[in-house]
Amino acid sequence: MLERDRHNFSPEALRSDIGDLGDESAISTIAQLTGTGDDTVIELDQVTKTYRSGDLNVEALQGISLKIERGYFVAVMGPSGSGKSTLMHILGCLDTPTSGTHLLDGADVSGLSEIELAQVRNKKIGFVFQAFNLLSTLSAWRNVELPLIYAGIARNERKERAFEALGAVGLLTRSEHKPGQLSGGQQQRVAVARAIVTNPAIILADEPTGNLDSRAATDVLGLFDELHQKGRTVILITHEQDVANVARRIVHIRDGKIQSVDERSQ
Amino acid sequence: MNGFESLRSGVEAIISHGLRSILTILGILIGVAAVILTVGLGEGAQANVNSAIASLGTNLLIVTPGSATTGGLKGGLGSATTLTIQDATTLANHAVAPDVAAVAPTVQKSEALTAGSNNWVAPVVGTTPSYEQIRNRSVASGSFFSQADLTEHANVAVLGPIVAASLFPSGGAVGQNINIGLRSFQVIGVMNSVGSTTAAANEDDQVLVPLDVAQSELFGRTQGNSISAIYIEATTKSTLGAAYQEINTTLLNLHGITTPSAADYTITAQSSLLSTASTVSKTLTVLLGGVAAISLLVGGIGVMNIMLVSVTERIREIGLRKALGATPGLIRRQFLIEALILGLAGGLGGVGLGLLGVVVLPHLIPNTVVVSPSAIVAAVLVSGAIGVVFGVYPASRAAHLAPIDALRSE
Ligand SMILES: Nc1ncnc2c1ncn2[C@@H]1O[C@H](COP(=O)(O)OP(=O)(O)OP(=O)(O)O)[C@@H](O)[C@H]1O
Ligand SMILES: [Mg+2]
Repeated sequence: MLERDRHNFSPEALRSDIGDLGDESAISTIAQLTGTGDDTVIELDQVTKTYRSGDLNVEALQGISLKIERGYFVAVMGPSGSGKSTLMHILGCLDTPTSGTHLLDGADVSGLSEIELAQVRNKKIGFVFQAFNLLSTLSAWRNVELPLIYAGIARNERKERAFEALGAVGLLTRSEHKPGQLSGGQQQRVAVARAIVTNPAIILADEPTGNLDSRAATDVLGLFDELHQKGRTVILITHEQDVANVARRIVHIRDGKIQSVDERSQ
Repeated sequence: MNGFESLRSGVEAIISHGLRSILTILGILIGVAAVILTVGLGEGAQANVNSAIASLGTNLLIVTPGSATTGGLKGGLGSATTLTIQDATTLANHAVAPDVAAVAPTVQKSEALTAGSNNWVAPVVGTTPSYEQIRNRSVASGSFFSQADLTEHANVAVLGPIVAASLFPSGGAVGQNINIGLRSFQVIGVMNSVGSTTAAANEDDQVLVPLDVAQSELFGRTQGNSISAIYIEATTKSTLGAAYQEINTTLLNLHGITTPSAADYTITAQSSLLSTASTVSKTLTVLLGGVAAISLLVGGIGVMNIMLVSVTERIREIGLRKALGATPGLIRRQFLIEALILGLAGGLGGVGLGLLGVVVLPHLIPNTVVVSPSAIVAAVLVSGAIGVVFGVYPASRAAHLAPIDALRSE
């Protein structure tokens, strides 16, 4: 509770944070200082999400309360249709809860405008999707540079950082290839590079290995582990136990509710 | 993301959908080319008409028998015998009509012409030497008849080029004799071609003889003292109106008519012909331009159509860009810029095609096409504006897509 009091629960606090977050060294310092994980980066309180399709209401999330501390590696597991993707979209500020509160760095996200949400996504969150979601007309490095364009960074620096990120995922030699010229595993590594290029505090990955064979999956999971080691908060959604085993905490959800939370020692 | 980034991204998107972009551009391109060509054709036609009318003579007023408004009731325009030689001589008097510079009365009748074994039928016009100056005509060879020829009742004739070519196919008309009806005339000159096809009669196909000879020897019995028309030159262009008034008052007096609306003659000013003709061709230009503008509008709707398709097709891309931090404003700008580029590309391509048409068309059809810089500038601006206007709706749709709906869509 003390930790919470330190935060100002207003959108303004989050706005002022947008600028200075994403500095990797600062994050890892915090992660080291707060190794016990009492620096909450994401907090959900009684979050529900109801989809309306015609007269039918689908309650995809039915009261999820969840705290994720900075620097944690969390896996969210559950069967198909249990609400994993819905949860990730809310965590990533791509969607808003029907009820309940969503605090990001202690600030209520529901108070933010569409433009501010876009800035939060740009600066604080890196997404990795199951279907890679690369733009097929752009080369690997041009895909990686996209978030930097929206961050207003100059072209020279963008290229430098995009190549750096591609180097980090071991794809420097493929930087000029278009997605169609890359294997699935390579495409997902490009997507990971795109997710980390802005140095976001949080990486959200929705079944990143779902479309990959086991070797490519191991490669990509290795990347997430590396990111976690560097102090980033990683949230990985999966329905495979051995994928979830990489994480430090596993949250099991079923029918839109949290069933159990496994804390694992590493 | 600055304007340059948006521009680059727009160009890339357009290039990556090459065929579709070209088809979209084509719609606007054809519209713009049509505008440039139709306006060019219209203005070309106007220039042609103007120069044709100017070739009729400068500062010209034409008095014809019969009233323009009641001519039908009086037995037909021109057939009434209300204008006389006396009218013409009075108008030529400076004391009576100070703003009249010269007067050329004419009588006219079709006659059979023969020269050796060649025959021709053409209007024979009896007039005075001032006709040459008033009608802005000139002789190609020989000379026009003189005041002396007039007073001496000389049997001399000046041929229009068509008549000369018909009667003397091998040339050398000047100095030869021709028969007009039963009378023999000596050819003393051949006129230059007027080339006017817009006049009611082709004035290249006529024979000019001294007025007095025409009256006494050719048409005397049938026409008496009456004349077909009086051509009058005002002293300057600015005195045309004054000359018109002087002629009108004089003729009303001479004919003993008290109410001007009952005048038994008609005065036509060349300038009124000019303005009528230019009104006609302006109307034509507006009409053609309107049709072309509609095709431009259709091109604009094409842009909107394609942009909507593009938004739908790239819904996942939009969702992804939003997930990566693109604000609604940036997404809107990106699509607007794409629409603007499509519009402008169509506009510039259309100008190119239009200019090509301006060069090629005169080789295919007899019309003159005038390049109108204002039409070109307007067409390019309008096509850019069309891109933006018709891009606004699709761009706003893209901007307001919820990122999650966009990402989820298949
Ligand atoms: N846009 C929507 N409209 C209506 N219902 C929806 C919508 N999106 C998701 N749902 C429903 O919400 C529930 C949770 O969906 P979600 O995509 O979160 O499942 P998931 O756990 O990610 O499943 P999977 O493992 O198959 O990806 C499902 O029952 C789904 O049908
Ligand atoms: Mg899912």
